[in-house]
Amino acid sequence: MTAKLELTQVWKSFGSNPVLRGIDLAVNEGELVCLIGASGSGKSTLLRCMNLLEPVDEGRILLDGVEISDPEQDPQPIRQRIGMVFQSFNLFPHMTAAENVMLAPRRIHRLSRAALRPEVEALFERFGLADRMGHYPDQLSGGQQQRVAIIRALAMKPEVMLFDEVTSALDPELVGEVLDALRRLRAEGMTMVLATHEMGFAREAADKVCFLDQGRIVEEGPPSAIFTAPREARTREFLRRVL
Amino acid sequence: MPGTDGEAAGAMPAAPGMSRRQIRERRLRRRSNLIAASSTAVALAAVVTLVPLAPGWERVKKSFFNAEIFAETFPGLLKAFLLDVAIFAWCAPMIAVLGLVIALARDARSPALYPLRLFGMLYNDIFRGVPVILVIYLIGFGVPGLGLPRPWNSPYIWGTVAVVLTYSAYVAEVYRTGIESIHESQRAAAQSLGLSHWHVMRDVILPQAIRRVIPANMNLLIALQKDVALLSFIGPVEILRQAGVYKSLLANFTPYLGAAVIFLCVTVPATRYVDHLIAKANRARS
Repeated sequence: MTAKLELTQVWKSFGSNPVLRGIDLAVNEGELVCLIGASGSGKSTLLRCMNLLEPVDEGRILLDGVEISDPEQDPQPIRQRIGMVFQSFNLFPHMTAAENVMLAPRRIHRLSRAALRPEVEALFERFGLADRMGHYPDQLSGGQQQRVAIIRALAMKPEVMLFDEVTSALDPELVGEVLDALRRLRAEGMTMVLATHEMGFAREAADKVCFLDQGRIVEEGPPSAIFTAPREARTREFLRRVL
Repeated sequence: MPGTDGEAAGAMPAAPGMSRRQIRERRLRRRSNLIAASSTAVALAAVVTLVPLAPGWERVKKSFFNAEIFAETFPGLLKAFLLDVAIFAWCAPMIAVLGLVIALARDARSPALYPLRLFGMLYNDIFRGVPVILVIYLIGFGVPGLGLPRPWNSPYIWGTVAVVLTYSAYVAEVYRTGIESIHESQRAAAQSLGLSHWHVMRDVILPQAIRRVIPANMNLLIALQKDVALLSFIGPVEILRQAGVYKSLLANFTPYLGAAVIFLCVTVPATRYVDHLIAKANRARS
């Protein structure tokens, strides 16, 4: 079986600073993979590479067995198939929540607002924000903004969703509502890759946990193995610090 | 100091609902207002008494501050000023559009568009590096010199072209600052949705950037309102030219003062409004 998303020997440097040093990773259809590791271990860069926001230096990224990391390729159609949600929400502050969500389908699929309306309303409904569609981002709480960002990515009907520390900028009492949104997506069978510091969530929801250190995947496996019986000393040390 | 606070509260009948801090601040405010008022009065008195002591004062007063001539020429100047307003009114939108086009040209990333980028760069260097009045002379006298038929030799057309070209260079720089001030994460978010470069720019970056630089562009508009008067050097009888005509006719400089007053009536409120916008933007950011 081909993995939904597959990375082989991905290398990436910023200047002379190597950030990713030979990443191999396979994400199967419908799987939730959590990337854990200290700040600067390369989790965010890895996600940005998967979304082609950063070109990789070496190695290949395959989506459904087809290479997407070829620098000659136009990244736009590929990005439409891979949604991404960011730590700092990055909603467009001059648009309402609904306009944020509709922008990409309007421009890319050339659909009218009216045509998109029912679908977008259903999405807001599904994530408990039906009454927030007309609000601007600065009128929403952090948790609400992040859920709108998730809806915005979903509106393009992506096949894979990438989440970059999506709860790190939230007040503790707002983390739960965003994690609930992630659980819901997982239950619906979305393929997801999540860089996270939420060890509880990784333990409970992930199919696979990868521990990154200095640009390498040091250890990977089901959460039960990683969290209860880590093989590597560095994994043990990291977990001792964060748990 | 707690002691002073206590005294003040005791001396003044404390207004109901005011804290000791508020009372103290009110007292300080009143004191500084008093100091500001008296020092201003002293400075004004000095100017009023000392300037007339200068040897040439009587002459200056007659040729610059002649009330009769002021009253006589003011309506004519005001009428001529309408032409300045009209020139301003058709220049401003053209500058806004051309400035944006130049800013976007300078931001062009693909190598095929490099000529456009180079053009934007050269354009900015040239038109920001040459005094407005020189551009007006070169274009205003140079182009009609090609022997164009009417109406294509009109100084209005070529004067407008000169002003629009010059100001667009400045406005383009302001737009560019705005574009660069939008955080990279906005671009990343828009790109991650699969939007094209053009859509990222048009729908996400530009609306935010333009809003952010409104005060800076308003400042340029105020400068433009004044520089419009430079067109008088190539022909149109607007306020500066009209004041010059009166000056020669009446052998008196007071019409220039009248023109200055008219300009101030427009530019001072406009400047205050821009300051207000900037203060508002600063408050919103902090």
